[in-house]
Amino acid sequence: MATEARILTGGQAVAEAMRQIDPDVVPMYPITPQTPIIQGFATFVAQGRAHGELVDVESEHSAMSAAIGAALAGARTITATSSQGLALMAEVVYIAASMRAPVVMAVGNRALSGPINIHCDHSDSMLVRDSGAIQLFAENAQEAYDLMLIAPRLAEHPDVLLPVLICQDGFTITHSAEPVVLLEDDVAREFVGEYRIPNSLLDVRYPTTQGPFAMPDYYFELRHQQLAAMQAALPVFEQMASEFYALSGRRYHSVEPYALDGADHAIVCLGSTGGTVKDVVDELRAEGEAVGLLELRSFRPLPRHDVRTALDSIRTVSVLDRADSPGGAPPLFAELAAALHGTEVDLRSFVYGLGGRDLHPEQIRAVFTEDSGAYIGLRGAPCPA
Amino acid sequence: MSRLKTLVRNEAGTPPLRGGHALCQGCGIPMVVRTIVDTIDTPVVVVSATGCLEVATTRFPTTAWNVPWLHVAFENAAAVVSGVEVAYRALAKRGGLPQDGPITFLVLAGDGGTYDIGLQALSGALERGHHFLFVCYDNEAYMNTGVQRSGATPFGANTTTSPAGVAALGKAQQRKDMTAIAVAHHIPYVAQAASSHWQDLSEKVERAAHADGPAFLNVLTNCPVGWGHEPRHAIEILNAGVDSCYWPLYEVVDGRYRLTYTPETIVPVEEWLRPQKRFAHLFTGEGAAVLREIQRHVDDEWEALAARCES
Repeated sequence: MATEARILTGGQAVAEAMRQIDPDVVPMYPITPQTPIIQGFATFVAQGRAHGELVDVESEHSAMSAAIGAALAGARTITATSSQGLALMAEVVYIAASMRAPVVMAVGNRALSGPINIHCDHSDSMLVRDSGAIQLFAENAQEAYDLMLIAPRLAEHPDVLLPVLICQDGFTITHSAEPVVLLEDDVAREFVGEYRIPNSLLDVRYPTTQGPFAMPDYYFELRHQQLAAMQAALPVFEQMASEFYALSGRRYHSVEPYALDGADHAIVCLGSTGGTVKDVVDELRAEGEAVGLLELRSFRPLPRHDVRTALDSIRTVSVLDRADSPGGAPPLFAELAAALHGTEVDLRSFVYGLGGRDLHPEQIRAVFTEDSGAYIGLRGAPCPA
Repeated sequence: MSRLKTLVRNEAGTPPLRGGHALCQGCGIPMVVRTIVDTIDTPVVVVSATGCLEVATTRFPTTAWNVPWLHVAFENAAAVVSGVEVAYRALAKRGGLPQDGPITFLVLAGDGGTYDIGLQALSGALERGHHFLFVCYDNEAYMNTGVQRSGATPFGANTTTSPAGVAALGKAQQRKDMTAIAVAHHIPYVAQAASSHWQDLSEKVERAAHADGPAFLNVLTNCPVGWGHEPRHAIEILNAGVDSCYWPLYEVVDGRYRLTYTPETIVPVEEWLRPQKRFAHLFTGEGAAVLREIQRHVDDEWEALAARCES
C-alpha cells in the first residue's frame, strides 16, 4: 500500500529511502551534489527517526574504507558520493568489490575536474566502470528512491555480494523537486529485511583472514569470481524488481525499451536524459516517425544479451554518452558496439551534456535526423574525426 | 604488570600469529606483534595496512593468523578500523554481534602506512575518538618495497631513494616526530616503545588497550635488510638506540608526559649508528660533521622531552 505522492528532490527521496532502510553504519563526507543525501539522513538520525551510526570521515577515500570495514564486520552500510569523491575513493571501490563487501552507495553524478565543475555528467561513474561494482541509473527522483530500496537486497544477495551504486544525475535529479511516492515505512523495512553476510569479521570464535595477498597462482581465479557475481546480479535484480513491483506497482528491468516496437531508429542513454527522450519520442511517434528508446537501468552489469535482443533488428541506433574517452570510444557507445557486434545495426555515437550542459528536446529530435554522430551542443567546430 | 608467563600462556595452543610466515630472519615485526596481541586480555580484531607484515603473513590460500584479520589497502587502515569499530558498537546496540563481550581493535601498520600515506586516515580516526589501538612498527623506511626513504627515515640514512654518494650524504631531512603528532590529537594514550624492551612494550599495550578512546603506539622495530645488520645484533642495536636517547621510551597519558625508561648512562649516538650499514658512509670522509649534527639533534630533542616529562 503506497502513500500519497510527496514533492521531493532526488536527494531527499534517497535520504527517505535510507531512513526506511535504517542502515547500521553510514560513513559520510560532503561533496556537491550528493550532500543533501547525507545531510538528510543525518537529520533523520538527529530526530530519532533513523538509528544508524554516522561516521564523519575526513575524505571519501576513508568513507569507502570505513564502509568496507563496517560491511565486513556485519553491519549494513550505506554511503554517498559524487565526482572527485568517487575519483578519490576509486581505489577502494575496486577493493570493496573484490572483498565482496555489499556496500550501497548513492551517487549524484557530476563531471570530473578539470576544470572543476559541479554539474552533471557521467564521467565519475565511468571512472569506476571496471571496478566490479554494480551501477544502476535512475531517470528521476522516484526511480532513485525505488532503486535505493532495491539496492541492499541486490548487494547482499548471497550469489552477488557486491557494492551497488545507485546513480542519479547531479542537480537534474538530486536537486529537482517532483512528486515521489514512498512505500509505507514498515513495508519498506520488511522488503529490505535483515543484513546477513557469510563471515563476519567480528566472529572471534571462527577467525577469518580477509583481504590476503594473492599471487599469480590465485589472483586470476579470485578476480574471475567477481565476474560470476556480476552475471548473477542480472537475474537477482529482475527477481528483486519483481518483488518490488508487487509492493509498489512500479516495475523495473535492467534494460527498459520505450516505443521500440516497429522503430527503425532508437536512442540508447542513461539517467535523466531518458525522460526527455521519451517526450520527444512521443511527439515524433504522433508525427508518424518510427523512433524509440532503450534506457539502460543497469550499466554494470551491462545486460548485453537483452540489449542485443532489443536492438538487433533496428536499422539505426544512436548512443548518447554523457562522458567521453579522449582518444578512444565513448564508454556507452563502446558497450553497444560490443553488444551489437555482428549485427547490421547502423550504430552512431553522440556525446552530450558534459559539465552539466543542457540537452534540449530539439537537439534530441536532431539526433533522429542526423546522418552521423556528433558532439551535441558543442560550440565551434569539433575536432576532426 | 606484564608477566612473561602470561605472554607464554597466550602463545600456547593456537598462537594469535603462528609461525611459518615469510617475514625475514631477524625481522623485529613478529616479536612486536606477538608481544602486543599476547598482552591484550580480550579477543582482538586486527586491521593491517599493506606492508611487510601483511604480505608475509597472508599469502593466499595460507594465513598465519588465528585471530580475525582484515587488510584493505596501504593508506586506510585507520579508516577501515573506524568502520569495524563503529559496526561493533552499532551491532552491540542492536543485539546483532556473533558473540558477547568486548573486543580490542588493533591496527598494525609500518612507518609508511603511519607517517606518510596513512597519516590522513589516522588523524581523522584519532580526531573522531574511535576505541582502537594503532601500532606503528617503525623500521624507518619502506622496507617491503626495497628500502626507500620515508618520513620516518632518520637524517643521514642511506636508502635506495636517498642514496649516499660523493654528492649526497643520505637522507637530507630529519624524520618527522610522529609520536608528537599523535599527542597533538589529545587522545588518552600515546607512547613510544622499542621491540628490544618487551616488558616496557607490554605494559604500554596494557594501558593503551584500556584507554577510554584512541591509543597510539610507535614501536621502533629493527629491519636487518634495510638497516644492514646481522639478525643476532638486533637487540644490541635497538638498545643503543634507546640508551643514546635517539629513541626515548615514554608515554603521554591524558596529555601528561612520563619517561618509562631512563638510561643509566647515556651512550653516544655513534653506538646506535655504527653497527648499521645504512649509516656506514657517515664514518668515512666528511661524515664527521654529519655525526656531530646528528648528536646535537638527539641531545636537543632529549632535552626538550625531558623538560616535558618533568613539568
